[in-house]
Amino acid sequence: MLKLILRRVLVAIPTLILVSMIVFGLQKILPGDPVLTLAGEERDPAVLDYLRDKYRLDDPLPMQYAAWVGQVLQGDLGRSLRTDVPVTTLIAQKLPVTLQLAVMAMFWALLIGIPAGILAAVKKGTKVEYGANVAALSGMSIPNFWLGILLIMLVSVQWRLLPASGYVPPSQDLWLSFKTMLMPSIVLSTALAAYLMRHTRSSMLEALNADYVRTARAKGVSPRGVVLRHALRNALMPIVTLVTLLFGELLAGAVLTEQVFTIPGFGKLIVDAVFNRDYAVVQGVVLVVAAGFIIMNLVADVLYILINPRLRHA
Amino acid sequence: MSTPIATSVAAPAMVAPARRRHRAWHKFKRNRGAVFGAIVVLIFAILALFAPWIATHDPLQTSFMAIRKAPSAAMWLGSDELGRDIFSRLVYGARASLMAGVVSVLIALAVGVPFGLISGYFGGWTDSIISRATEALLAIPFLILAIALAAFLGPSLTNAMIAIGVSAAPNFVRLTRGQVLSITKEDYVQSARALGASDTRIICRHIFPNVMPPLIVQATITIATAIIAEASLSFLGLGLQPPTPSWGSMLNTAKNFMTQAPWMSIFPGAAIFLAVLGFNMLGDGLRDALDPRQEK
Repeated sequence: MLKLILRRVLVAIPTLILVSMIVFGLQKILPGDPVLTLAGEERDPAVLDYLRDKYRLDDPLPMQYAAWVGQVLQGDLGRSLRTDVPVTTLIAQKLPVTLQLAVMAMFWALLIGIPAGILAAVKKGTKVEYGANVAALSGMSIPNFWLGILLIMLVSVQWRLLPASGYVPPSQDLWLSFKTMLMPSIVLSTALAAYLMRHTRSSMLEALNADYVRTARAKGVSPRGVVLRHALRNALMPIVTLVTLLFGELLAGAVLTEQVFTIPGFGKLIVDAVFNRDYAVVQGVVLVVAAGFIIMNLVADVLYILINPRLRHA
Repeated sequence: MSTPIATSVAAPAMVAPARRRHRAWHKFKRNRGAVFGAIVVLIFAILALFAPWIATHDPLQTSFMAIRKAPSAAMWLGSDELGRDIFSRLVYGARASLMAGVVSVLIALAVGVPFGLISGYFGGWTDSIISRATEALLAIPFLILAIALAAFLGPSLTNAMIAIGVSAAPNFVRLTRGQVLSITKEDYVQSARALGASDTRIICRHIFPNVMPPLIVQATITIATAIIAEASLSFLGLGLQPPTPSWGSMLNTAKNFMTQAPWMSIFPGAAIFLAVLGFNMLGDGLRDALDPRQEK
């Protein structure tokens, strides 16, 4: 088992290196002279020379890459080209906001997706399954920025029930924080709930057809016990991995949700950076998201090895 | 399994595809969801192809007399903040959306399938390198990668399509590779090799046709994802640039007029939703029809 985990960790390293190359490569596809693009409106030769020197643009490519990686490894992602604030500071400020959004969305998605999936599998061939399938398809197809706009029009403008935008940190006012995040997190959870429902359903269907379930039934275990104790336990195994994989989707979806609800999080950071041509920030965000995703995957796989008895003794 | 066991190598290879296709078509026809999806896709395709004849107004014609007018007999879905007809803009917007969906998936296929074939067929070092690169690309969430690429390449429909295509390619590499790995073990590939067929011939004649069905399913579903992705990029201002109509950018403007002109938001979003739903249902139907594992 230890060998298995070690091998898994080793595989993550080349992936991380490749991701860093992709992120580094991004700035190389900028059209035109990178220094002019980086400087924006600034045309002072001294500034241009400073930038050229800072990013070592006269060095050969591998040297530039090595210098960049060296800085990144020391926790230096560069500074915002507009505000001169270190990119790491910006990310550290925005990350908790998006994490709150993502965790709340994940909670709704699990709360709706998994029971709906179980129900659809148990009630196979009935109206319940049909309804769940239609709901899942709609959840996957609805653009979440549109759903957000519709909800704002209905809940905030018509009914005046919840705030339409903004962010309140939970440390300041827990209840208000929950209320402002409620709509955005529900919007963000739709696609996720749909995926979870579909996977739980197919995974449950497979488990319900398995031999051990038939054995349990033959033994006289109650239908409820069969579903909850025998089928569900096995069906949820692949879902654990899926949940971590979907966290990446969540971060991407958060970009749009934050834009609609004007939430000052990670997504707003990258979009604003794109419009300000603040490339260092864009690069930093992409790198952090990707690295976080790789590490989460690693953790998920290790957990899977640990909880799966078939692999525990491998 | 009621299918007769094949005794010769040549016969089933000649007969089976036609019969399988017939059976798949039969299954597809009976699936109400799939047929609904196909019809929706067809309607949007007709809107996109015949936009100039279907649109009732010039989609770019502004009019100060008709700013933010509610839906009426003259303007079926109302008008926007510059007095342009929303129905006509939606019809033309179908062009951008469908083109983005189809072209970016073609890019993803063109990049993904060859790498997947090479990776799965030859294995070894090539496979390791391609697999690691695929994992690295998959580690960056689809939309974040597309935003970053669109940001660095500059905002335009072409760049959005390239960004979406490149971000979707790793999925096709994975799918193709997995399929190739399982097909290479099949007897007919082994016997072709024993008969002295070249690698190119085995890949083109024996492996590729068998990889096709899952690729068609994946491509259809990816078109749905790509349409949402294009709409998202346009919504963020990173896709098709104004004044050319696109559903995403229409929503981007509309969100500033939520209270005054709700119809500006409702219809473009509904168009995205329906188009994406259509491709998703079509994809699901194709999967049910083409996936031989589901045959009992």
